[in-house]
Amino acid sequence: MSAASEPVVELRNIVKRFGSVEALSGVTMTVRNGEVLGLLGDNGAGKSTLIKTLAGVHDPDEGEIIVKGEVRKPWTPAAARDAGIETVFQDRALAPQHSIVTNVFMGREITNSLGLLRVQVQIDEANRLMREIGFTSKVFNPESTVGTLSGGERQGVAIARALYNQADVIVLDEPTTALSLTETQKVFRFVEAVKSSGRTVVFIGHNIYHVWDIADRFFVIDRGKEAFEGAKSSFTGADHLIEMMHQLAETGSADTSSLLEPA
Amino acid sequence: MRTNTVNDAKTNANSGDHRTEQSRWTPFYRKNGRALNAFLALVLVWIFFAVNNPTLFLNPLFYNAFLFSVPATIFLTTSLVFVIVSGELDLAFPSVVGAAGGVFMYSVVLGVPVIPAFFLTMGFGAMIGLGIGLIVVYGRISSLVATLGLNFFILGIVNLLAQGRTISAPEAMNSFGYKLFVGKWHLFDTTLRVPNHFIWSLVWVVFCYVLFKYHRFGNRVQLVGDNTDSAREMGINIERIRVSVFVVSGVAAAITGALLVQMANMVWFPTSGKAYLLIALAALFVGGTPTWGGVGTIFGAFFGAMTVTLIPSGAVGAGFAGYWTDFIFGLVIILTMIAHRFSGARVR
Ligand SMILES: Nc1ncnc2c1ncn2[C@@H]1O[C@H](COP(=O)(O)OP(=O)(O)OP(=O)(O)O)[C@@H](O)[C@H]1O
Ligand SMILES: [Mg+2]
Repeated sequence: MSAASEPVVELRNIVKRFGSVEALSGVTMTVRNGEVLGLLGDNGAGKSTLIKTLAGVHDPDEGEIIVKGEVRKPWTPAAARDAGIETVFQDRALAPQHSIVTNVFMGREITNSLGLLRVQVQIDEANRLMREIGFTSKVFNPESTVGTLSGGERQGVAIARALYNQADVIVLDEPTTALSLTETQKVFRFVEAVKSSGRTVVFIGHNIYHVWDIADRFFVIDRGKEAFEGAKSSFTGADHLIEMMHQLAETGSADTSSLLEPA
Repeated sequence: MRTNTVNDAKTNANSGDHRTEQSRWTPFYRKNGRALNAFLALVLVWIFFAVNNPTLFLNPLFYNAFLFSVPATIFLTTSLVFVIVSGELDLAFPSVVGAAGGVFMYSVVLGVPVIPAFFLTMGFGAMIGLGIGLIVVYGRISSLVATLGLNFFILGIVNLLAQGRTISAPEAMNSFGYKLFVGKWHLFDTTLRVPNHFIWSLVWVVFCYVLFKYHRFGNRVQLVGDNTDSAREMGINIERIRVSVFVVSGVAAAITGALLVQMANMVWFPTSGKAYLLIALAALFVGGTPTWGGVGTIFGAFFGAMTVTLIPSGAVGAGFAGYWTDFIFGLVIILTMIAHRFSGARVR
């Protein structure tokens, strides 16, 4: 990824505490236009907390969120979505007793000027979206109840929702966890498609080989702090990145001098 | 109001048959099962009574009292659907019924014509509902406890202000507004006299149905009740939704209060709402809205309101001694709860 592409979103010195737990202690992360950013870190490192801050779900105790050069306050989930940031949360954020359609349009209902739902338009749109992301092999229809779907199908609904809004930035928090190989492949193809349409992706994953394949740049956090970051070209290969992650896990810090072009 | 049992999970397995479409009715029943069950309960209760005394139950006269008294329960029950589906509980509406009746009565006594007084009362209900909602949501108190306390509190204030008096304004019974709200007319040439407030309650049911099912507001009420965190993460202002359901409840309670005054020939009893607390909640659950939130049915609530209103007079009419009423009441509630399990177990 060229360093020239400008930042779309910046999180600056984010501190987030939950009671006495400091989940984030001053993280600064920049997401650049058109890139796929791989966000890595151990369990409990603070990845989800960071992207929930980005999505407006968590109000940070300190720090600021800058979108396209502008400091945004107040930063709410609605503001984040309006700014073109869509998030597929780790727990998928679905309403299980409701239909696929209702879930896809949650918080973004298609209505007329009186606020009445345009039911058929929503059904058609949901149909189109489900086909677009390739969840068509099953006979389920857009009016199926989400609670009766498989894990992969539910992930498909969450992704369809993120896709609907033509967002600039799509954030995926461990989207492939608990998915089969074929469904994991679908998610990767989806990320590729989003990227080739010029949009930006933030991808959180535990399988570093997977993240390596699709990301242009990596941002690693450890116990609420940035450990290191680097473009793909800074590493000699996936094993180099894994080596550094191991170092980090064992010694509490990684040797960034081994990076080819330090960030 | 969130309960969950092991049984919910078990029956889940049966409801996962969405891949096989047996007939056109299967999807229809799956979507509307709870409302249909409530309708079935109403019909069965009616048949049960009617076979015991066919002449009485086929006589239109019997239904005059029914049509006269059922609207109050309909207004209260259908508005409670919004509250319960959003995941809250409102036990304060009986006090709002009483207070609103007082506002309506005082307005009329002070010379406000009946129709403006009615709208004034609705506004009062909205304000009280707003207050209750704000206390529950921003005070971060369980709505069960908060509204239980507020019910006593509001009733207490009303009683203090009323000093045990009942107020009346019989001259208002000649007004156009009075006739518009609670006037009666004969249906065709039968002895059945339909009170206007029954018609208004039907209008209200249709309004609630559209609001609940086809409006963004109702859609969001359901989503907030189904998964509050998800709704928040998707940008829904959950606080606003949660406050709003209490406003809906407050408006319905105010309408009920103003109607009860007129139904009692323009006499106000401060405690007139008290009798409806358990009746309206029973109607709601008989009507098929589950306790756990996220889903519910307006038409079901409507049928539920009819059922619980039919039971006391129906039981007596069918020849059961008065002390059977509670027994039959309980039996109907339990049987319909079992029926609802078959059509709509909770999915997660
Ligand atoms: N709502 C919350 N309340 C209290 N503590 C929280 C909350 N959310 C996160 N935490 C804590 O913050 C820390 C970071 O959690 P987070 O979910 O961000 O980790 P993560 O990197 O996403 O981990 P994983 O890979 O397991 O998803 C953890 O110690 C966690 O217990
Ligand atoms: Mg996480």
